[in-house]
Amino acid sequence: MQRVTRDALVKKATELLSAGTVDRVLGWRAGEFSYDVTPYVFSNAEALEKDFVFDDFCGANFSKYLIKECGKSEGKVLVFLKPCDTYSFNQLQTEHRFDREKVYAVGIPCEGMVDITKIREKAEGISSVEVEDSGYVVKTLYDGDVKLTAEEALAERCLSCKSKKHVAYDELLGEEGEVLDSNRFSEVEKLEAMTPDERFAFWKGELSRCIRCNACRDVCPACSCEKCVFDNPKSGVENKAIADSFEEKMFHIIRAFHVAGRCTDCGECSRVCPQNIPLHLLNRKFIKDINGFYGEYQAGEEVGSRAPLVNYTTEDLEPSEAVGKGDGENA
Amino acid sequence: MSMNEFKPKIVAFCCNWCSYAGADLAGNNRLNYPADVKIIRVPCSCRVNPMFILRAFQKGADGVIICGCHPGDCHYTSGNYYTRRRMALLFSMLDYLGIERERTRLEWVSAAEGAKFSQTMNEFVEAVTALGENKRLEDLRCKE
Ligand code: SF4
Ligand code: SF4
Ligand code: SF4
Repeated sequence: MQRVTRDALVKKATELLSAGTVDRVLGWRAGEFSYDVTPYVFSNAEALEKDFVFDDFCGANFSKYLIKECGKSEGKVLVFLKPCDTYSFNQLQTEHRFDREKVYAVGIPCEGMVDITKIREKAEGISSVEVEDSGYVVKTLYDGDVKLTAEEALAERCLSCKSKKHVAYDELLGEEGEVLDSNRFSEVEKLEAMTPDERFAFWKGELSRCIRCNACRDVCPACSCEKCVFDNPKSGVENKAIADSFEEKMFHIIRAFHVAGRCTDCGECSRVCPQNIPLHLLNRKFIKDINGFYGEYQAGEEVGSRAPLVNYTTEDLEPSEAVGKGDGENA
Repeated sequence: MSMNEFKPKIVAFCCNWCSYAGADLAGNNRLNYPADVKIIRVPCSCRVNPMFILRAFQKGADGVIICGCHPGDCHYTSGNYYTRRRMALLFSMLDYLGIERERTRLEWVSAAEGAKFSQTMNEFVEAVTALGENKRLEDLRCKE
């Protein structure tokens, strides 16, 4: 359950609109069902009052929307940012992807967002999901009410949340949180401990399910290139129809590599994947390696920080020292 | 190729300013290295995009080696330092995906190191030969 209410956000947005500070509001609007909340741009108080929602289903990270939104008008846009979103917000500024002057950012605390696919695994025929203090009640068409704990319903990225602290905002609603001691690398470590054959089998099982919908790329704040290699019809990897097992790996290795050092671990890619592929396990591997090889680095923590892959020291590890040669030495 | 004698296909990306000249020197000095090593000359080891490496595997390479100037000796001052970071991360990722660690390598070979060039290639070919054919990053359509 969120600590800030929907009404508090609507009040803040209405104030800023009527004061002329902003001329539109990037927020969430109910979809067909209460749980498929969708991003929306509100431009007046009536629309806010009627359609604005804020609850445990508002997972979408709005940072990337600012790239297009800032180009639309001379006025400022109000954006609500959860702590994890502020890292993407900073990273996009580092990459000069939107005009900070055209944004009014309000930081909002977050208690974790729900992953509807986890709920679907536990309850069939969902008619609605009610949020209670310590968990969720899923109303189903045939099986009555199904009670779930927060742990059972929250997204993986929220269970391993790295920070409740906002690293950017113009104004903060609620209290400032802390950077957390997260266990986010534990799944990566489990994979690392497997044999290469087991790892290969694991990834083959995961990546072969990819339908190349490109949702992970489209939602990713680090994937904001105006021209993406994967849209090039000559890349040979632009759609699923002609892809074979090599190309599935190719897409994921290359995309993860392109965002390495810039990925803030916001978790949007895993959230939107319709095939439930644990994409965060690829990105976190790079983050873990970067931390281990070159010192701790959190993308988006500071505007202007130099990403590890566009940086070096003369003392860096050789690949053979970092990962061995495969002959059992060093590795 | 006889059934029981596997000869790996190796792609070697060699920097124009050092390793490519090193390969030349190896040739001039009549030092042997396997003919299955196909050299691709690049202006700097830093020119090697991770995609090049994956493409080489796709098109049938069994091993890919990148050779550049020793750290500190880059013709463009710092290219090889970026290569070093990129390759450490890429090789680690390939390993994480279960692709044999032995199939990729980064070595520093100067223009004066003909002997090192031939020794490096011999060692690498030996390691890849021991592994056998690349099955984990291949594209069946590209096989003969
Ligand atoms: S790769 Fe995934 S976790 Fe990383 S920035 Fe992109 S969407 Fe966020
Ligand atoms: S996959 Fe690479 S080229 Fe495509 S948008 Fe992401 S970073 Fe850019
Ligand atoms: S969102 Fe999932 S299914 Fe779609 S391209 Fe990405 S990994 Fe593949």
